Amino acid sequence: MDKFDCIIIGAGPAGVSAALTIARKGLTVTVFERGEYPGSKNLFGGVLYSTVLNKLIPEFYNEAPVERHITKRRYSILSKNSEMAVEFDFEDFNHPPFNNSFTVLRAKFDRWFAQKAEEAGAVIFTETVVDDFIYDNGKVAGVRARREGGDVYADVVICAEGANSLLTERAGLKKKPLPHQMITAVKEVVSLPKEVIEDRFNLSNNEGMALEFFGEAVKGMIGSGFIYTNKDSLSVGVGCPISVMKEKNMKPNDLLESFKSHPVVKKLLRGGKTEEISAKMIPELGYGNLPRLTADGLLIVGDAGGFVNPSLYREGTNMAMYSGMMAAETILEAKEKGDFSERGLQGYVKKLEDSFVMEDLERYGDVPEKLSEMPQLFKEYPEAILKLAKGYFTVSDLSKEDMHRQAWNRFKDKVSMWKFLLDMYKARKAVL
Amino acid sequence: MKIIVCVKEVPDTAIALKIKGDSPEIETENIPWVINPYDEYAMEEALRLKEKFGGDITVITFGQKRAENILRNCIALGADRVLRINDESIKNRDGLVTSKILAKVIKDIGYDIILCGKESVDYGYAQTGQMIAEFLQISCVLAIKKLDVSPLNKEAICHREIEGGLEVVKCNLPAVFTAQKGLNTPRYASLSGIMKAKKTKIETLEPDAWGFKPKIRITNLSYPPKRQEGKIIKGTLPDTAEELVKNLKEARLI
Repeated sequence: MDKFDCIIIGAGPAGVSAALTIARKGLTVTVFERGEYPGSKNLFGGVLYSTVLNKLIPEFYNEAPVERHITKRRYSILSKNSEMAVEFDFEDFNHPPFNNSFTVLRAKFDRWFAQKAEEAGAVIFTETVVDDFIYDNGKVAGVRARREGGDVYADVVICAEGANSLLTERAGLKKKPLPHQMITAVKEVVSLPKEVIEDRFNLSNNEGMALEFFGEAVKGMIGSGFIYTNKDSLSVGVGCPISVMKEKNMKPNDLLESFKSHPVVKKLLRGGKTEEISAKMIPELGYGNLPRLTADGLLIVGDAGGFVNPSLYREGTNMAMYSGMMAAETILEAKEKGDFSERGLQGYVKKLEDSFVMEDLERYGDVPEKLSEMPQLFKEYPEAILKLAKGYFTVSDLSKEDMHRQAWNRFKDKVSMWKFLLDMYKARKAVL
Repeated sequence: MKIIVCVKEVPDTAIALKIKGDSPEIETENIPWVINPYDEYAMEEALRLKEKFGGDITVITFGQKRAENILRNCIALGADRVLRINDESIKNRDGLVTSKILAKVIKDIGYDIILCGKESVDYGYAQTGQMIAEFLQISCVLAIKKLDVSPLNKEAICHREIEGGLEVVKCNLPAVFTAQKGLNTPRYASLSGIMKAKKTKIETLEPDAWGFKPKIRITNLSYPPKRQEGKIIKGTLPDTAEELVKNLKEARLI
């Protein structure tokens, strides 16, 4: 086969953003995707932030298969039988660009996005696994795809292989991640009629809601459960660090089952039918452990690069798209200079450092570690707080003052007030 | 040797199909479509025949624009020509209409060997291959697991699996063969093949003036009955064993 200007491994948001940007400039670009079609193997929780996508394809929401735009957010802490929640509802997010947050089903969305890149001239090979890079004098010169005639050459390769980044590791750019640096998440898509979803979550047409649950939602472990509303289904899942799951000897599926059977969650899912179940690893490497992002003839983008914001913002796809776009722009510059060496591709790292990507990764880079130092946030505190609230609300013939005093005394038995306030301060700083 | 392969696109069997409201149709929006798996064996056998004896392979489908995808797959694998007979103007089609139309087109192209899947995994009527043979007045062997062709003698020997044994069948060419699972292991397309397929424009035929009428139609579609919930027998041995036997007897399972 002819040589290409650029080869991209992986047709996820990062790879396709790069392909689209490069193809639009008339360079030849080919994408290798192991799935049956782009999106068939791609997963995330369910909410897409779209500031970058809206730059790549202005007003994409008029044509892309998005489910709902998020106008409501709800954060709640669960104990065994109780819930404390705070809910936000923003009418203003009902207008374009819809606060750039949409629920999305990736099988549909990624396919559409990849089609945009194909229309721009990118060539996508599906059901094609890339086994290795091909080197020429130490420079990446192409890839070895698992097909007859599978050696394909290019000036530069973008590796958008995702969280399970075996090629990046083999190229020596990344250490094998440790169990506490990887979140394992499982989710189900649960179908419900559109009207039921809108009634149950109090939504108007196309409005959507993102619900996050902590505490007993994941058995008091670090991590959370979530429900996101799609058009006529819910994305329901849980995610926790692999290290914690292992320590508690918890299987992801059992954890999801336990979340779904919590009385509060059960009510939200009733009548729903599980359509599919899937699992994904989310890299939360920490700012200090990001891989080397460039080598001679090679750029790393998306999950393979560890671009995930581990805070409450849960941003991954948007960063992936930005990294893909910046990789593409770097390649366009390198093409002009004719220099695809690591030095010639350094603009990529600079572009990321000057953007929200590296700023946020630095700001939130140590969230997982900080939180793992405060397991009480997820177990003791939720229980104590809900017990306190219950003390306040339980009707009895005690005087209100006695009621309050008893409730506080019980709280203080369990929790040191100073430590509690300090932990709350630290937690807020860590996750928001 | 002129080889014809008939292929059909079918919904991916990995997904659960839904019935469209009260209609006797399935929901076809947003579901993945693939080449009928039995047709893949037919295509692979065609490629092997061509490698052995030379000739050319024409792949035909009777379907809508979306079905061009499976034709592209066939080009990537090594088909010389692909042809889509557009079915968008055909309101009702059954196996008879499909076979008549395919036979008409095949007749115009010319043929030595015609390969089909033994059935499609969507509706599974298993009619098309044999009806094509009938309309062309040629031999037909169904559900073959092995094919040995002798172009010189214009004959073929096939193996068929039958209940409890193997049947060896000899027939004259030209003939229609329908492929059973196990006939071969389909290959993967080469990268250059896929590249070529992406650039190929698909030939389309419009059949609307031919006026073939279906003889059967689907009047209703329904889901299979729901599996009954399991029953848990509580208690301790030996009472539970006795209860189990009683239940099995009641259900006429023992």
